[in-house]
Amino acid sequence: MFRKIAISAVSALVLGTGAAMAAGAEGHVEDVAFSFEGPFGKFDEHQLQRGLQVYTEVCSACHGLKFVPIRSLSDEGGPHLPEDQVRAYAAQFDIFDAELDDTRPRKPTDHFPKSGLSNAPDLSLMAKARSGFHGPAGTGINQLVKGIGGPEYIVSLLTGYTGEEKEEAGTTFYANTAFPGGWIAMAPPLEDGSVEYQDGHDNSIHHLSEDTAAFLMWTAEPKMMARKQAGFTAVIFLTILSVLLYLTNKRIWSAVKGPKKKHV
Amino acid sequence: MSGIPHDHYEPTTGTEKWLHKRLPIVALAYDTLMLPTPKNLNWMWIWGIVLTFCLVMQIATGIVLAMHYTPHVDLAFASVEHITRNVNGGHMLRYLHANGASLFFIAVYLHIFRGLYYGSYKAPREVTWIIGMIIYLCMMGTAFMGYVLPWGQMSFWGATVITGLFGAIPGIGESIQTWLLGGPAVDNATLNRFFSLHYLLPFVIAALVAIHIWAFHSTGNNNPTGVEVRRTSKAEAEKDTLPFWPYFVMKDLFALAVIMVVFFAVVGFMPNYLGHPDNYIEANPLATPAHIVPEWYFLPFYAILRAFTADVWVVQLTSFVTFGIVDAKFFGVLAMFGAIAVMALAPWLDTSSVRSGRYRPMFKMWFLLLCIDFMVLMWVGARPAEFPYDWISLIASAYWFAYFLVILPLLGVIEKPLAPPATIEEDFKSHYADPAE
Repeated sequence: MFRKIAISAVSALVLGTGAAMAAGAEGHVEDVAFSFEGPFGKFDEHQLQRGLQVYTEVCSACHGLKFVPIRSLSDEGGPHLPEDQVRAYAAQFDIFDAELDDTRPRKPTDHFPKSGLSNAPDLSLMAKARSGFHGPAGTGINQLVKGIGGPEYIVSLLTGYTGEEKEEAGTTFYANTAFPGGWIAMAPPLEDGSVEYQDGHDNSIHHLSEDTAAFLMWTAEPKMMARKQAGFTAVIFLTILSVLLYLTNKRIWSAVKGPKKKHV
Repeated sequence: MSGIPHDHYEPTTGTEKWLHKRLPIVALAYDTLMLPTPKNLNWMWIWGIVLTFCLVMQIATGIVLAMHYTPHVDLAFASVEHITRNVNGGHMLRYLHANGASLFFIAVYLHIFRGLYYGSYKAPREVTWIIGMIIYLCMMGTAFMGYVLPWGQMSFWGATVITGLFGAIPGIGESIQTWLLGGPAVDNATLNRFFSLHYLLPFVIAALVAIHIWAFHSTGNNNPTGVEVRRTSKAEAEKDTLPFWPYFVMKDLFALAVIMVVFFAVVGFMPNYLGHPDNYIEANPLATPAHIVPEWYFLPFYAILRAFTADVWVVQLTSFVTFGIVDAKFFGVLAMFGAIAVMALAPWLDTSSVRSGRYRPMFKMWFLLLCIDFMVLMWVGARPAEFPYDWISLIASAYWFAYFLVILPLLGVIEKPLAPPATIEEDFKSHYADPAE
């Protein structure tokens, strides 16, 4: 019986892997060991706070986070900032209020500002909108093992500038080893020490990039901790239920079905 | 209701008799639950329960999602983000619903291939099979429209490509496409009608499922031997069968619980694995994604659609014979729908006198090849349409049609099947010891 269940399970899984057969080979993306990976991985709230600092001092000059309510900065399982800090953070951005017919400082219930530069994409969901890992040969196995690789893509992009530039139709493009096609319009945003962390943490470009990527994973998936918790609870309870149902089923059938005969 | 003799509900108390005379609903429930079921059903017979569960789960989660969703091109994407960020438990509901669609299709494919292997489609179960195929088509329509609702890049461009297929119909295609979209292109009218139909179709499916169950309750279940239950007397039928309750209810619930463990692990730990990252980018009619890929469960038929290009001789011949009315694009559309049509016709294409694949040595090999073929089609469906994938998809598509149109009819003539057991009881006793001994 278990052999047959195993066969069913494997065939179900194989059918499922068809999904990740998307997107072709693109730039080079390094695997990064983030704290939030795996069923038990958690966001590191200090890392998210550092990422917020990089976002605020660097990224937000051009990019926005229009889907993210500022109040969620105080959420548990996120950056978990004290509420007075969140209020102060919100107040540094103005917003046009139709009722006042004037601008006013943002409140925690408002969202982050949207992108200031028209061709700079919104970053709210960027960590889920990119896939760093593919294949091999469109089977989706790498994504199953390493994850989809959105945050890794962001790290590789931020650290992937080679220093080469070219100009085309009045726009400067920068060579980047992670960006599909190899040339990106965004100037290198980070370098070693470009942000001085409030907590004095190492601020080499790798740390800056990883913290930014972790923060953007949180903006894309703010309920990740709650989701894993719910998944874990469900798996535990359903496993217990499975065992109970297995025993019930066995007991019921024992009156009509004896042990399996060795086949001749 | 069932042709297999068994005990029926007898109202005993006054109240029961009163109700039974006016509405025999308890009798219906009793007869449905106590249906005599072949006692040798194996673990491939659990997918029906999984599918029923999926339908209920999708309707339940979908109704709540619809309470918070806004079907408008400017607001749809943001409303989905609102659901995942602000609605209590909304992130779980959404991931359950999205991954629930995948579980639904995994289960339906295993259910269909079980039917193909054990000859469940053969007489007298053709009606069950045909209704099942209609359910499958409705599922594809529902899933396709549901994928459009989050209004991401793949939603928009998937909708554009798939509705474009109808535009390939000669003469009237463009009018049909405009009528489906509610305008010249995928826009607000499209999103609105897809939302409306995505809400409607599951209830159509529920009704069809009731008829599907009614149909196979009339004929009785097939079973791994393909041998019919003896039904000359109740005593004889009871040697081949056990009542659905509690034997198969408990078995199915156990299987469902195990599948739910895997399902919740996927939802909890890797809910985006089966999705496409591009759908987290809001739809932009001005920016076409590099590769437009449908959801995984459409890939085999998408591969067949793309396989028949203008340089394939069959396509050129068809085009020549029809004076160019059937061009490569329309041929692809016909092939895609034809692939499902030939599967639906399996009851009349299979000429073998033996029902179950278990006793058909040659059939077993061709069937295994069909399963591999299906996986290959799914794989090439997501690969770029270039060498060598164009050749692989052409060969794999050809095999799909050959299996149903050539191999199934021929095998019945060529193959020498083994002798199936005389009764289900005999098969059961040859596998399991008698507990009384």
